[in-house]
Amino acid sequence: MSWLTLFAQVQIHHRASDCESNNGFCPDWIIKNFGDRYVDPFFRHLELVVISVLVGFVIAFALGIVAHRRRWLVGPVVGITGVLYTIPSVAAFLLLVPITGFGLLTAVIALSSYTLLIIFRNVVAGLAAAPAEARDAALGMGLTDSQVLWRVEVPLALPEIFAGVRIATTTTVGLAALAFFANAGGLGGLIFGDLVFKSNVVVAGGLCIVMAFVLDGLLLFAQRLSTPWVRAARA
Amino acid sequence: MGPGGTRMIVAAFDFGDAIDFILNGRESVTGGVRIGGSELLPQLWRHLELTGAAVGIACAVALPLALWLGHLRKGQFAVASIANVGRAVPSLALIGFAVAYIGLGFPNALLALTLLAIPPIFVNAYVGIAQVEPDIVDAARGQGMTEPGIVRRVELPLAVPLVFGGIRTSVVNVIATATIAPLIGVVTLGDAIVSPQVYGDAGQLGAAICVALLAIAAEVTLALIQMLVTPKGLKLSSTRRRGFPFMSMRRVEVS
Amino acid sequence: MAAALEFQQVSKTYPGSDEPAIQSLSFEVPAGDICVLVGPSGCGKTTTMRMVNRMVSITSGEILLDGRSVLDRKAYELRREIGYTIQQIGLFPHETVAANIATVPKLLGWPKDRIRDRVGALLDMFSLPQDMAGRYPAQLSGGQRQRVGVARALASDPSIMLMDEPFGAIDPITRGRLQNEFLRLQGELRKTIVFVTHDIDEAIKMGDRIAVLKKGGVLAQYATPAELLLAPVDAFVEDFVGADRALKRLALLRVRDVDLWKAPRVRPGDPVAQAQEQVADSDLPYSLLIDADGKPLGWLSDRDLAGERVPDEADTAPTPRLDQDSVLRDALAELLEEDTQYGPVVDERGAVIGVLSIELIAQFLASKDPRELDPPERAGVEP
Repeated sequence: MSWLTLFAQVQIHHRASDCESNNGFCPDWIIKNFGDRYVDPFFRHLELVVISVLVGFVIAFALGIVAHRRRWLVGPVVGITGVLYTIPSVAAFLLLVPITGFGLLTAVIALSSYTLLIIFRNVVAGLAAAPAEARDAALGMGLTDSQVLWRVEVPLALPEIFAGVRIATTTTVGLAALAFFANAGGLGGLIFGDLVFKSNVVVAGGLCIVMAFVLDGLLLFAQRLSTPWVRAARA
Repeated sequence: MGPGGTRMIVAAFDFGDAIDFILNGRESVTGGVRIGGSELLPQLWRHLELTGAAVGIACAVALPLALWLGHLRKGQFAVASIANVGRAVPSLALIGFAVAYIGLGFPNALLALTLLAIPPIFVNAYVGIAQVEPDIVDAARGQGMTEPGIVRRVELPLAVPLVFGGIRTSVVNVIATATIAPLIGVVTLGDAIVSPQVYGDAGQLGAAICVALLAIAAEVTLALIQMLVTPKGLKLSSTRRRGFPFMSMRRVEVS
Repeated sequence: MAAALEFQQVSKTYPGSDEPAIQSLSFEVPAGDICVLVGPSGCGKTTTMRMVNRMVSITSGEILLDGRSVLDRKAYELRREIGYTIQQIGLFPHETVAANIATVPKLLGWPKDRIRDRVGALLDMFSLPQDMAGRYPAQLSGGQRQRVGVARALASDPSIMLMDEPFGAIDPITRGRLQNEFLRLQGELRKTIVFVTHDIDEAIKMGDRIAVLKKGGVLAQYATPAELLLAPVDAFVEDFVGADRALKRLALLRVRDVDLWKAPRVRPGDPVAQAQEQVADSDLPYSLLIDADGKPLGWLSDRDLAGERVPDEADTAPTPRLDQDSVLRDALAELLEEDTQYGPVVDERGAVIGVLSIELIAQFLASKDPRELDPPERAGVEP
């Protein structure tokens, strides 16, 4: 019996290094190296995404509120954020490096610029979509302008705003994969580091995709939680 | 002069050097090869070739299907899924999968980029057709138009802004991803970006400037073409829509 | 407590326009009255109403509420004291019915329990179930939404209400019912109300005083409904009020104001002899079968009364059941639709108080002068 176990062990070991040298998909290798190689970059990547989306949201939301009352601002803001959106992220990272150096700051500046257009557009569209009669009734009952904005228009705009934030988040997960060009870390560096080895690419790429779906799901959950009337209407 | 000031001056030098790289040639860092200047032209051409082919094939594949499904107003769940997946897969991962599983070369790069280009085109075209008001479609049907006729003469013209928006989004996305196509063996403008050890920092920065300008130029060109292609009646009505005149010119991202 | 409203030569011209939208409008609404603004589209009736709560700015002239100019305080402060309903209702889709109703009380800083009690009381007042408080507007029917809209306007117990076509978006059957309910409420609450409508029939039914406006906000006539019908001041008013003025008089009187016929009322199990005695005494040759609460179950025919005791069920259904607060015009319409000569009249609890017949209505039409009836009586309130 001991013969067989010895033989089996030799076989397994042989197969493992076979897998790696044959550039296959190797679950053993993955499990062995996961903790060392993938966990830190994963959280770094997550950090980049969350901070960038938050910063982008704060700016875009503020701009949206201001532009809601001053329509003439919408064109220029969309124009500027549109240009920022068009510049490929790789180029953006590299263009910022001479000015803001390598690291987290550069990556966040570039990534949050991408979210501005989407979120701004959705904030403005959402605020405009509040039914005119609800606004008229609110004013007529004696709400001040700012009360009408925060108690009627913003809540009714939430579904649209959330949609924009969700799109921005999933897009940012993908773009943050290129943040390593600014030395900001993230899962992209891992992919870039070993493009040929299937296991590496699948794990690193797969983690990105999983992150995108999980964040989207969480935001969707938050959206459902904060807009109970939408569910009621459908029922 | 504080550190901010010094930083600005250094940055100015960096950009100056990068622009010099773009306009004039120089010798590569590793020595022996001409880079920059006119050497960038073949890379630019490659970049455009790859982008044009990928978007072209994506249109040929996705548009008919999207128009047909959109007209029938079927398969909404599939469309939403495609949109989500398309957005969630990072371009670098796509390139990575391609390199790892199918290898290097122009056809492989083209495959990866075409896959990248399909979702925005497909989703936008679908929504563009499907959101045409059913009353209008009904009226057309009642007048005796055939189904393909309705698509061609009623729904498609009304869907032009969204369809075009999808194409514009794809073009910009593919230009961006083609920048890292050198990883899969196709030498585009991004070569200097992925190989700074050969091109130097100025080369890397110069290539970044080129790619950015290329993307902006493509966007502006397509916007102008869209304005020319949009039926006049639609242009007038969309400028009146809730005071968003820019909306008809902007890419519309569909959630 | 209701407020008196006064318009003093109020004009409104929109900037960039040559013609004034409202021209030197002057009229008074005594406290507790319903003043209906009526006229063709473009006459400025809604604009006039919206000047009271400054949703439209006043170009010249004064609007006084209880003697105090509406310009006297901040616009939003003024509006919190005025009840306001609009044609599309405008309930907040993202808030529950309770939150919607509580809007102004919350703005005024009422304590939570007072608000909660008030919401409950209002739901009762409008015959809405208490569990509706937690529902959202999208889950309500059109009629329910209308009621919630009016309840919301009444929530802070304002001294004056502005209502812009409040029943406009409702089907005619529900509208008639809502109008009756509203008038019943007004009988108790006695608020000053400015009511805008394009429907002259509604104006006659609802108004204590009616202001007929011509294009350009010119006041053609400001009078009680009876005066309007009997003495229109010019051809415009006469045309607007309509050629069938005689029948419009039917909108002036309510069922309860008419001397109703007495009907013999018997319960199941009563001795038949007793029923037959009652018939001899009454205006009608048929008896009405009623239940323990006095609600009508049906008309008893001779065949029903063949035995010893009154049966449990009757041959003929007691339709139409006529609401005592209905106007005669609606009651006549219901009788004609059921193809019957008469119908039992019921009070708010559904108990029979008398019988109305087409003959009675014809007698009224034949009588001469509705000016004999003063407006307060017309509204059906005990003086």
